[in-house]
Amino acid sequence: MTLWPAQPGRPVALRDRGLLFLLLLAAVCLAAYALWRPVVLWTDGLLFLLLGVVACFVVYARRQEHLREPWRQVARSRVAMAAAVVLAAYAIIAILDSLHFHPSIKTAGGNVVSPAVVSVLDKLLRPLREHTETTYSAPFATHAYAKEMMERPDGTRVRDYPRLRYGGAHLADPDRDEAADVLQTAAVAVIEGGAACALVIGGALMFIALLRRQPAGALLRRVLAGRTDVPWNVVLGTASLIVVLVFVAAHLGGRYHLFGTDKVGQDVFYQALKSIRTGLLIGTLTTLVMLPFAILLGVMAGYFRGWVDDVIQYLYTTLNSVPGVLLIAAAVLMLQVYMANHADSFTSIEQRSDLRLLFLCIILGITSWTGLCRLLRGEALKLRESDFVQAARALGVGHFVLLGRHIVPNVMHIVMITVVLDFSGLVLAEAVLSYINIGVDPAMNSWGNMINGARLEMARDPVVWWSLAAAFSFMFVLVLAANLFADVVRDAFDPRLRRGGRGT
Amino acid sequence: MIAYILRRVAYAVPILIGVNLLTFWLFFFVNSPDDMARMQLGTKHVTQAAVEQWKRERGYDRPLLWNGGETGWRRFTDTIFYEKSLRLFVFDFGISDSDNRDIGYDIRQRMGPSLAIQIPGLLAGLAVDLSLALLVVFFRGTYLDVWAVVLCVVLISISGLFYIIAGQFLAGKLLRWVPISGFGAGWVSIKFIILPVAIGVIAGIGSGVRINRTFFLEELGRDFVRTARAKGLDERRVMIRHVLRNALIPILTGVVVVLPSLFLGCLVTESFFGIPGLGSYTINAIAAQDFAIVRAMVFLGSVLYILGLLLTDISYTLADPRIRLG
Repeated sequence: MTLWPAQPGRPVALRDRGLLFLLLLAAVCLAAYALWRPVVLWTDGLLFLLLGVVACFVVYARRQEHLREPWRQVARSRVAMAAAVVLAAYAIIAILDSLHFHPSIKTAGGNVVSPAVVSVLDKLLRPLREHTETTYSAPFATHAYAKEMMERPDGTRVRDYPRLRYGGAHLADPDRDEAADVLQTAAVAVIEGGAACALVIGGALMFIALLRRQPAGALLRRVLAGRTDVPWNVVLGTASLIVVLVFVAAHLGGRYHLFGTDKVGQDVFYQALKSIRTGLLIGTLTTLVMLPFAILLGVMAGYFRGWVDDVIQYLYTTLNSVPGVLLIAAAVLMLQVYMANHADSFTSIEQRSDLRLLFLCIILGITSWTGLCRLLRGEALKLRESDFVQAARALGVGHFVLLGRHIVPNVMHIVMITVVLDFSGLVLAEAVLSYINIGVDPAMNSWGNMINGARLEMARDPVVWWSLAAAFSFMFVLVLAANLFADVVRDAFDPRLRRGGRGT
Repeated sequence: MIAYILRRVAYAVPILIGVNLLTFWLFFFVNSPDDMARMQLGTKHVTQAAVEQWKRERGYDRPLLWNGGETGWRRFTDTIFYEKSLRLFVFDFGISDSDNRDIGYDIRQRMGPSLAIQIPGLLAGLAVDLSLALLVVFFRGTYLDVWAVVLCVVLISISGLFYIIAGQFLAGKLLRWVPISGFGAGWVSIKFIILPVAIGVIAGIGSGVRINRTFFLEELGRDFVRTARAKGLDERRVMIRHVLRNALIPILTGVVVVLPSLFLGCLVTESFFGIPGLGSYTINAIAAQDFAIVRAMVFLGSVLYILGLLLTDISYTLADPRIRLG
């Protein structure tokens, strides 16, 4: 049975497989709902929508030669592929952190559904979440940050640094054993991680070799020497490095506080990991929110010209002339007033901070769509005079079909460059906005909130630097990967650069 | 030329009206003055009488757009829209919500410190970026060029907050060169200005060098550069006299657009360094949820930005005679 008429030259089975896949997905969702009582927050839903859009776009781009070729060029770049693997690792953490559900708690009367909302990542990181100390402690510390009055077994009272509740609690004599214990645990983790990577990669290579009927050794040598179209040696190397780091973090994270603890004793490493979702959502959802407006209005302004153009240009010039920070500040202030006066419509902290994140994305989207809109208008102005558009119009193709089929596909490269280039700026903007208190909800984990909470601690003695270090380094790796990736994407898609406009 | 400038000014008027309507909608339609009063007075346990008094003291007790209780022109002028929004056009910013101060006076007082940071920052940044970019372009195609571009990307990827926090810690606390924050009058202020300006310049090197490098490379590909080389000019002269001078056109017009906005100062820098400029004024207003000040700053910011665009257009026509006054 087919729901769609088969198109010539395309196997019907493909459509059926797609349908089957959708049914399977629905079944999985239903089963998940029955088993885990998932909670879909607004931003979760939008993130999954975004993933769906990306998946559809990949399917679409594979069929379009003018999009496929630049992406191939990106895939051949070693820098871009290494960056892509890092971005994927961040994305996986963010997705794990977006699968929310109500956990069940064991009580005397059997299992009860808790009203709290936790994510799959929370469940995975349970030791990190629950190992809270009383206050600051340095990375890998075994003793607290401040001296306390303690009672010795013989009854005398002494002022000294107490042992931490969890950090290095398994050590009998921390001063003597800690270095050896850390090194030993890390070494075991590296060996385990390396072995896991070798097993998976080796298995995959064997499988591919069997499928292609090639000797596995030759395939391995080709991959290692980088004689493949896509630089698999870089991809697998980066991925293995990340996996090994995950193993090390998993082994050490349960016994020590890798990045120390903050003022209320929460593990900083846990906060930094939780902040990944916030950063990624700001970088991607903002784009998702603004993209439909920017594309529609930009293309319409360029294509229809006349009064449509005037109105749209007026709209974006007006919005653009308000300095971005001030517009965001004004909008967030108004949002705060609204939320304070409608406090009863938000049932939980998660819901409130989630909605605030969503609104922040929308506001950031409103301030950032104008640039893309102007670019698309210019491109549409050029395209409407081109021969193929003129020919289509002469053949009597309607305006909106023409826009959808001939103009929009031909401005997609600009959209893609903008999306990728904007991402890193948005991640950095989140930190600044949270610093001036017009960013995400103060109760939400985000790098900006971590920096904001820790910046005054630099004045302490000894200096409490670890919260800042964790936030800045997690942000730096993400933004650097995004910037490197964006540069390659821009070079691949920008025809002006491809013609050799880079000078001599 | 004068007709052209007048026409450009006329274009700016509807945009300013749009901004004005936008801020009015944002501040008075999304939330009513009652909501704002409750926010200021604390949402819980606030009586309606206290709300009414708060509104009366600040003039928010008028109708929004149309006062049916008055006669003649007063029906239009005795409204929030006229008193609070339209008066912005003559730079009458009114009284602040939280501490009853004259906003216009505060803004005039705080422009100076903002400019004291922004102008040296802009000039020093331009000088450093241009000379480094010229150096990189001089070694184009070599490993130095490649690694310089990589370094630029790394510098861009570092959060601006990191530069400030690390710079304050290093120069202010560890080395004790300059005070960490504060501001003084006259020449005393130099020791307070040096650190924020230096940090601003360092934080801007990554993006500045990268963009100026592309400007220079674009000019290097032009025919007149080839001609200059064919004439036998040495590389130094080609770079300075032909490449730099021509690349200055896009660079300087990029500077002109931000010139008026320098008054606004930088929110983050000023709050970190305790500089009593307009940036920290805005931050304090956001923290105190002072809607009148934020509204005034939004409008002022748009006026300055539009002024910047106007100056850019004019400087384009001055710098490049080929641009017709169309």
